[in-house]
Amino acid sequence: MYKYDQIDQKIVNERVDQYQNQLNRYLNKELSDEEFRPLRLQNGLYIQRHAPMLRVAIPYGLLSSKQLNKLANISDKYDRGYGHFSTRQNIQFNWPKLEDTPDILRELAEVEMHAIQTSGNCIRNITTDQFAGVTDDEIIDPRHIAEIIRQWSTFHPEFALLPRKFKIAITGSTKDRALVQCHDIGLEFFTNTNNKMSIKVWVGGGLGRTPIIGSVIKNELEWEHILTYCEAILRVYNLYGRRDNMYKARIKILVKSLGIEAFKKLVEDEWKYIKNGPNTINAEELSRVKKYFSEPNYKKNIKNNLKDYDPNKAFSQWLSRATNSHKKTGYRAVTFSLKETGCAPGDASSTQMKAVSKLADEYSFGEIRVSHEQNLILADVQEDKLYELWIKAKEHHLVTPNIGLLTDIICCPGGDFCSLANAKSIPIAQSIQDLFDDMDYLHDIGDLNLNISGCMNACGHHHVGHIGILGVDKDGSEWYQVTLGGNQGNFASIGKVIGPSFSAEQMPSIVKKIIEVYLNNRQKEEIFIDCVSRIGLEPFKNYIYKDSEVSK
Amino acid sequence: MKSQLIKGKNIVKDDWVTSELAKVEEIVKMQAGKVVAFKLSGEDYPANEQVKESIFPDTGKVLLPLKVFIHHQEKLKERLANGEIGIWFSTHEEIHKFIEAIGDLNNFPLIAIHVEKFADGRIFSIGSQLRNKYNFKNELRAFGDVLRDQIFFLKRSGFNSYLIRKDRDATDAIKGLDDFSDPYQGASDILEPVWKRNKR
Ligand code: HEM
Ligand code: SF4
Repeated sequence: MYKYDQIDQKIVNERVDQYQNQLNRYLNKELSDEEFRPLRLQNGLYIQRHAPMLRVAIPYGLLSSKQLNKLANISDKYDRGYGHFSTRQNIQFNWPKLEDTPDILRELAEVEMHAIQTSGNCIRNITTDQFAGVTDDEIIDPRHIAEIIRQWSTFHPEFALLPRKFKIAITGSTKDRALVQCHDIGLEFFTNTNNKMSIKVWVGGGLGRTPIIGSVIKNELEWEHILTYCEAILRVYNLYGRRDNMYKARIKILVKSLGIEAFKKLVEDEWKYIKNGPNTINAEELSRVKKYFSEPNYKKNIKNNLKDYDPNKAFSQWLSRATNSHKKTGYRAVTFSLKETGCAPGDASSTQMKAVSKLADEYSFGEIRVSHEQNLILADVQEDKLYELWIKAKEHHLVTPNIGLLTDIICCPGGDFCSLANAKSIPIAQSIQDLFDDMDYLHDIGDLNLNISGCMNACGHHHVGHIGILGVDKDGSEWYQVTLGGNQGNFASIGKVIGPSFSAEQMPSIVKKIIEVYLNNRQKEEIFIDCVSRIGLEPFKNYIYKDSEVSK
Repeated sequence: MKSQLIKGKNIVKDDWVTSELAKVEEIVKMQAGKVVAFKLSGEDYPANEQVKESIFPDTGKVLLPLKVFIHHQEKLKERLANGEIGIWFSTHEEIHKFIEAIGDLNNFPLIAIHVEKFADGRIFSIGSQLRNKYNFKNELRAFGDVLRDQIFFLKRSGFNSYLIRKDRDATDAIKGLDDFSDPYQGASDILEPVWKRNKR
């Protein structure tokens, strides 16, 4: 993975000093709340229900074992011994003290980490495929350009105070796991007819209160132009994006109101004079960064002994759900589930983090990835070591074989932690997990994404969940609206509301009914989302609302 | 306290008189809100009568609202040639609409941009366009809600003078210019990105 040189390290260190000074001025009342707000936000510091919340960047979801260990130590020393991995591949600490934040940042800087631009109206952490570099459907490893964009966007002077936050996602695989169509800018790598690395550029996608699938602004952009092209898009957005209404301030609203063609024209006009300018990436810089992502020392001729374990049902289930094919024969990518029944989805205790860090050292070249589904991944595990790894990880409750299944719920912090929430989301996730704790049944149901957000800000991606659950406030009480048919990936779509909302107590049984309709209607091997697309919402509505229980 | 001016890296005396727009009803309405006016299209700003009613000193260096300058352009020719005329406009005014009317920007020794709220980052893109799209070479000034924590970004976006908000101390603000010593990306002050400047 990328290693800091003196230049990177100095920027991060200087940021800690700058932040320390800003905090001091705030504590000395030289800065008002209003003035300090954008400054702390640029640094991932929210003021939440119980305490400040600190969000730490995990660039494109990649961590070293040393970094994960540090995160564990920080959660012990400054927090309550756990952290929350987010859908944007970052980690959040829910209980730090304001006065401690500079020390936390200083400790993070020691392991080449920071909280720069993890919130606020600026370019946020770049996200990508959790299987980048190891998946067998990869065309181009997106991490090289992701790192180059990370550096370019860090303290970009022109885009420090945008109308609203700005998120960039990158994919380099046939199957999109980075949701490029739901981001402010989505970059899809491919090889063009001249065999040159090129990019299809999406713009104006996003979830939140106005979910919109992005539009293609450029079908083919050669890689060296990616920074100048992004600069042109961002400049147009910075100048023309709405600033009078924060709910209409994302780029998606601008693109929609101008129309993609008119927006594109403005962008191309800006690009004209900066194209081929100083920020054009050269081959030297690309290869400098590329070096850091070169292949680890893979072993050859690994004996595949997995058949021997067939009789072990628990292991086999885990093998089928939690391990992914790898570009190297003899290797697999392993996903540790942070969705065990009874835990808040995406939360990891410091003991778990330390354990994963150690397992990464032993089994996966010391690297870990975070997925937007809020799980942790060891990307390079030998097949003949899988059983051993499973035994060890089991002790730490990391091997629930529910990856990609109904209980692998994406869930935001919701009303338990977040001051914007309409309703709690973690208890809903837990009650659904409780009801569906029979692994055989879950495996029979098969691939299904269930996503929960506590309000329309959509941090839990409910719009693109096959089943989406959204917390709504009705006359001061908490209700839940259900959508069906949302999807992520190459065929991204926004789910449709099935009807009036339900109470928290009803939610598990509603999900159960949805599943019953699916099981009664599915054709052989048909997964949930395909079944919903085929039969539509009616059968679900009819069954769920037939005896019209209390619902709003 | 009067606003202090930072020019380059020093606090200096401001030898320009900034001429304000005549106050009219509409302006009050526009500036009362917490947010910065959003103008993509729509009615003219400032309004015509406001431009006509704006007055300014007959002699000396004066910084005029862009539209006021355009209105009096003919009679200001000589003063412009003497280097006595600068222009200013707000972050929601679109300079590209007036470029033809005002001619060569480098006739102005000073252009100033007014930013009403700290969080209004349009000022950065305006700076960048003035430097890189319109090749403006002279003094570029930020004024309004200008504080220590913006001026590093302002400098990088092509500004070289900063009129600090009047309740703040410029000796403190000036320290902001040194927040980062070796930034990553090429921008308006340092054109090349770090990987072209250094052997990495
Ligand atoms: C608890 C503190 C949090 C607050 C105050 C917060 C606030 C917000 C707000 C206001 C939006 C809407 C932005 C818009 O539509 O313009 C949003 C969107 C989003 N947030 Fe959060 N959030 C929090 C936690 C999280 C967490 C824990 C995650 C990850 C699990 C997350 C991931 C996201 C994502 C993915 C979006 C997607 C919408 C989009 O960008 O289009 N947030 N958040
Ligand atoms: S979706 Fe709403 S409730 Fe959930 S974290 Fe985001 S802002 Fe908070």
